[in-house]
Amino acid sequence: MTQMMSPASIAASRPATEDVKLEVRKLDFFYDRTRALKDISLSLPAKSVTAFIGPSGCGKSTLLRVFNRIYELYPKQRAKGEVLLDGRDILDRSQDLNLLRAQIGMVFQKPTPFPMSIYENIAFGIRLYEKLPRSEIDGRVEQALRRSALWAEVKDKLNASGLSLSGGQQQRLCIARTVAVKPEVILLDEPASALDPLSTAKIEELIDELKADYTIVIVTHNMQQAARVSSRTAFMYLGELIEFGDTEQIFTSPQDKRTQDYITGRFG
Amino acid sequence: MMGLCVAAALIGLAWLALILGALLWNGLSGLVPAVFTHMTPPPGEAGGLLNAIAGSVVMTVIAVIVGTPIGILAGTYMAEYGRFSRLTIVVRFINDILLSAPSIIVGLFVYVLMVKPMGHFSAVAGSVALAILVIPVVVRTTEDMLNLVPNALREAGTAIGAPRWVVIRSVAYRAALSSIITGVLLAVARISGETAPLLFTALNNQFWSVDLNAPIASLPVTIFQFALSPYAEWQQLAWTGALIITFAVLLLSIVARALTVRREDR
Repeated sequence: MTQMMSPASIAASRPATEDVKLEVRKLDFFYDRTRALKDISLSLPAKSVTAFIGPSGCGKSTLLRVFNRIYELYPKQRAKGEVLLDGRDILDRSQDLNLLRAQIGMVFQKPTPFPMSIYENIAFGIRLYEKLPRSEIDGRVEQALRRSALWAEVKDKLNASGLSLSGGQQQRLCIARTVAVKPEVILLDEPASALDPLSTAKIEELIDELKADYTIVIVTHNMQQAARVSSRTAFMYLGELIEFGDTEQIFTSPQDKRTQDYITGRFG
Repeated sequence: MMGLCVAAALIGLAWLALILGALLWNGLSGLVPAVFTHMTPPPGEAGGLLNAIAGSVVMTVIAVIVGTPIGILAGTYMAEYGRFSRLTIVVRFINDILLSAPSIIVGLFVYVLMVKPMGHFSAVAGSVALAILVIPVVVRTTEDMLNLVPNALREAGTAIGAPRWVVIRSVAYRAALSSIITGVLLAVARISGETAPLLFTALNNQFWSVDLNAPIASLPVTIFQFALSPYAEWQQLAWTGALIITFAVLLLSIVARALTVRREDR
C-alpha cells in the first residue's frame, strides 16, 4: 500500500481530533482458492465518507462485504487478517454476527425492500433489538423516513407495500431501514448505480447529510460520484489497494500510474 | 413442424374436453341435493355420497396437517440452511423418486407398517398414506420457491442484523408465501383423487364414520367400487362422485393459479 501524502495535506484535510472508526490490517480474502484481496491495510476515519473505486473485479465490493461479514452466508469464502471496529477485531470468532450487522449497516446495489409495508420495512429492524411501545416505534419510523428524505412522499401510505415505490424511493427506504437500527457505520455498495440521475442526486444529498452522524463507506463505479460525495478515496486494482488518500488529491494528483490511468479513463 | 405441434396440442385438449364432457353429461343428472345428505346406499336403492365425501375430507385434512409442516421444514432446510450441503443433494434425489413413485407402493408400505400390526384397516392409516404423498410435493415446491427468492433479499435481511431464522420467517417465507400455498393446494389436488393407497389402508365403509381407528369411506374408492358394479344407481353415483372430485380439484387449481398471479402482479 502506498499512502502518499505530504504531512501538510493531511493537516489541511483532516481535523486534528479525527478518530479511526475502522482499521483494516493485513487483510486477505479468498473465494475458495482464489485470493481476491491481497494484504489490504487502511484506516477509515469516523463520521466521514470514504469511497472505494476501481475497475470491476478489483475487490472493492469484496472488501466492503468483509466489514459486516456478510460473505459468511456463502461457503468457501474466508477472510484472513484483522478488521478493527473501535479497536476491536470483528473477524474474531467470538464476534456476535447479528450484533455486528446491527452496528454496521449495509445498502445494496439493487433496492431490496422486504415484501412488507413501508412502515414494517423500517419497524422490522427496530424490533429486532429493542422492545418499544407502538407509539415509540411510530416515532422512530417517522424519524428514519425524515432522515432519508422520504417522509413527505410516503407519510400518507405507510401501509402500502414497500415494493410499490419507485426504484429511487425504494433505495431511500433501504437507507431509512438501515439508519433506523442506529448503526455506527453504513456500507453502501454502489447504491445509485441502478437509479436514474435525479434519484442518484437525491441519494448523494442524503449521503452528504448522513456523514455528520455516521461513518460511511461507499463502493462506486462512478468516479464523479466518488469525487462528489467522499472526503477520502481508495483506489483498488486486482485485489490490491493501490492508493488511498484525500479524494481531492487522488483525483487531481494521483501518485500511482495505475490510479492516474484509471481516473483519466485509460482502463476500467 | 408448427402444424404438428398445433395438432398435438389440439389432440391433448380434445381428450380433456371429451373427459370433462363425459363427466358433465353422465354426472350432472345425478347431482341432486341427496348426494350431499345421504349415505352410500345398498345395491338397488337410492342414496348419496355423504359418508364418502366426509371420509375424503377427513383424510385429506389430516394428511395435509401432517405432511405440510414436514414438507415445508424439509424444503426450508434444503433451500436455506443446507443449500450447499451434500445432504440436500441426497434428499432432493430421494424426494424426486418419492414424487414419481407409484402411489400403490405407498399404500402397500403403509399396509405393512400400520394395517397389519393394527389388525384392521383404518382412517388413520389412509391419512398416513396420503400424507406420504403430500410430503414430496410440498418439499419440492417449497425448495423451488425459496430458491426463487433473490439472495439479495436474504443479504438485506441479514445485513440489518436479523438472525437467520428471522430472515427465513419474515423475509423469505413472506416473499414465497403464495407459491408455497400453491404447492400445498397442488398436493391436495393430487391426493384427493388417489385410490390405490386407500384400498390398502382405509378400505371403505358403507356407513357414516369419522372414527379414525375404523375403516372409512372415500370418494375415489367409492367411485372405484360403484363404477365396477352392475347396479345402475351405483354407477350413477360413481359418475356424480367423479364430477365432484374433478370440479373440486379444478376449483383448487384455479385458487392456486389466482394466488400465483396475484403474486406476480405485485
